[in-house]
Amino acid sequence: MTFVQAKLSPTAVRELKSICQSFGNDKGELINILHKSQEFCGYLPPDVQEVIAEELDIPVSTIYGVVTFYSLFVMEPRGKYHISICTGTACFVKGAMDVMDEFKLLLGIDMGETTPDGNYSIDSLRCIGACGLAPVVMVGDKIYGRVTPDDVIGILDNYK
Amino acid sequence: MMMESIKLTIDDTPVEVPEGTTLLDAAKGQGIMVPALCHMDLSGIGFHSGNASCRLCVVEVDGRRNLAPACTTLASPGMVVKTRTPRVLGARRINLELLLSDHPKECLSCIKSGHCELQDLAETMGVREISYEGAVSSHAKDTSSPSIVRDPSKCVMCRRCENICREVQGVGVLTAVNRGFESVVVTAFDRDLDQTMCTYCGQCVAVCPTGALSEKDDTESVIRALADPKKSVVVQVAPAVRTALGESFGMAPGTLVTGKLATSLRRLGFDYVFDTDFAADLTIMEEASELLDRLTRHLQGDASVKLPIITSCCPAWVTHLEKRFPDLLDYPSSARSPMQMFGSIAKSYFAEKIGVARTDMVVVSVMPCVAKKAECAREEFATDGNPDVDITLTTRELASLIKRFNIDFKSLPEGDFDAPLGESTGAAVIFGTTGGVIEAAARTAYEFHTGTSLTQVDFHGLRGFEGIRSATIDFAGINVKIGIAHGLANARVLMEEIRKGSSEFHAIEVMACPGGCIGGGGQPFHQGDEAIIRARQKAIYSEDKGKTLRKSHENPHIKRLYEEFLGAPLGEKAHGLLHTHYVDRSGKKTK
Ligand code: SF4
Ligand code: SF4
Ligand code: FES
Ligand code: FES
Repeated sequence: MTFVQAKLSPTAVRELKSICQSFGNDKGELINILHKSQEFCGYLPPDVQEVIAEELDIPVSTIYGVVTFYSLFVMEPRGKYHISICTGTACFVKGAMDVMDEFKLLLGIDMGETTPDGNYSIDSLRCIGACGLAPVVMVGDKIYGRVTPDDVIGILDNYK
Repeated sequence: MMMESIKLTIDDTPVEVPEGTTLLDAAKGQGIMVPALCHMDLSGIGFHSGNASCRLCVVEVDGRRNLAPACTTLASPGMVVKTRTPRVLGARRINLELLLSDHPKECLSCIKSGHCELQDLAETMGVREISYEGAVSSHAKDTSSPSIVRDPSKCVMCRRCENICREVQGVGVLTAVNRGFESVVVTAFDRDLDQTMCTYCGQCVAVCPTGALSEKDDTESVIRALADPKKSVVVQVAPAVRTALGESFGMAPGTLVTGKLATSLRRLGFDYVFDTDFAADLTIMEEASELLDRLTRHLQGDASVKLPIITSCCPAWVTHLEKRFPDLLDYPSSARSPMQMFGSIAKSYFAEKIGVARTDMVVVSVMPCVAKKAECAREEFATDGNPDVDITLTTRELASLIKRFNIDFKSLPEGDFDAPLGESTGAAVIFGTTGGVIEAAARTAYEFHTGTSLTQVDFHGLRGFEGIRSATIDFAGINVKIGIAHGLANARVLMEEIRKGSSEFHAIEVMACPGGCIGGGGQPFHQGDEAIIRARQKAIYSEDKGKTLRKSHENPHIKRLYEEFLGAPLGEKAHGLLHTHYVDRSGKKTK
């Protein structure tokens, strides 16, 4: 049971509950349930977490703990084009922060934010295992390697 | 089944322990106190915390390359353990210094100063400087609740609070978030505590090693009231306080300090030194009558009667009911808690008696509890905005006040409570422990119902520390079934039975804190020593035994109060002054 009434549409609530039920309302499947729910909603705002908590009969704080622990879960809607900049050790050393700054400057948003038109969002990532290509940037599923600040404008041109 | 016993060596001493013993406990048995932080073990009352994250308890085990955490490593045959080699001491100190490096350095003015486990550890480990100067994590304080202050910047991530709230209370308000340096324990979505399911039980405060969680400090308001010549300041003290206050002055756990307590309150300058125990007797008059009323109607076939009746003296429990079981609000007794009954009578009956307007009277209560602060702030317990109880202090705050007033508590002469609101029976005293309220009610209800006198007033079947207990009492032919739960997660089990319609009980007692009020969130810190809580319970039962009067309805001042003022239990006047109602606080607009 949760404290705040979800402001989601009844259809959305029904869908979230059926996601939980498809995993047998098993608390042990929380990560998978959150995955599916994020696929469905695009992100995991408090209302969504409250519905899942109620359905699984666990405290909503438990869900919030998990959502904040794994960087793949987000609580804010992402842009149409989501840009992730690796800040793992190799990328960091090879200038990931300068690349990040260039994205921030050109898009006028900060890490974890989305442009007002809903098109772009940026975030940092931990090592994705492509250190040979450092520094690495991902847009959606596409990987860009050895990115310099000067490349940033060209990358953005691909997504309009 | 016999437990295998295991032989090992700790610091060159041969040791024999039962299978399943941790190195921490094995060492303790030898008088070797390995330091621990994230670990806390109160398994006798249902609490165990520790995920071996702090690494302050590491020891050397022969044949192992890495140091082992003593709190989770089990003794095994032939193990050779060293707890104080330079390597061990050095590693522990580094781990502690890393914790200290991002801890705010406000020890001198911290509310936990003098009781802080982090300070104690720094002292026992001989930390003289902190070699790592890290960035200090900053996090806003949460002062939204009337009971508890959260200061996450002082959190050391032991996660005891999270565990006790989720496992023992079943509430689950607190959670660790993020990882690494950023990790901290907060509420879901970092909401203020008053926007959560929090019951204000204060068990998180009771186990927090640092000043990250504390009670809201109300001592200054009391000092101001005491200094105001226009105010008559009345104080009432809950039963569990007298079993624990002595600990704050170095007295042995379980020392009863009732007499010194009364003297100290008089020296602090209170005009009237009264006892919440008086009001506990009053509560029993009402609650036992209500129990019998419901029981009789039920036996006559009245299907509208709600049974079991559930006790309502614990404010954390009441809040939990209102937030979590809004569909079951017809079950709890409508009787107010003893603290609120006291306030109500003090500001009506007693104020009239001494000719003081209620607005010129300040009622202060001293409670083992932090939830009581939220209770006295409830608007239903006020007349024209003037609260029945003005200020609530915890046992710890009273101790601090006594020190501030330069009173040498230990050498105080014994005193007594004032009449008429200071007189009480043994039945009132046992309100302080799990099982006590229902035992007190049984003593009175039995005599009310049967019209005969109880020869044996000790109901041993109701006593103990088991999380959920039950007993049947023969009320001259009627078998009254009683359930008892302490710890809100245990209470939930009994509530779910009621929801399903499968509860077999006629009456249920619930106390939120493990052990009842003796283990309350406002008591001197037990620091994980369960024996302290047990000693307090012993003290309670011995105070009860020592009383000439042990049944609430035999309290002469209670009899007088009904004759002179209230009329009959459950009567109109009693109803207005001593009863209350409950509201849905689940936050759900529609159901
Ligand atoms: S006061 Fe009680 S319910 Fe509230 S967070 Fe602390 S342990 Fe949980
Ligand atoms: S708030 Fe206190 S009890 Fe909770 S994790 Fe932090 S230090 Fe431990
Ligand atoms: S550090 Fe960026 S890919 Fe490994
Ligand atoms: S007490 Fe053993 S690791 Fe924290």
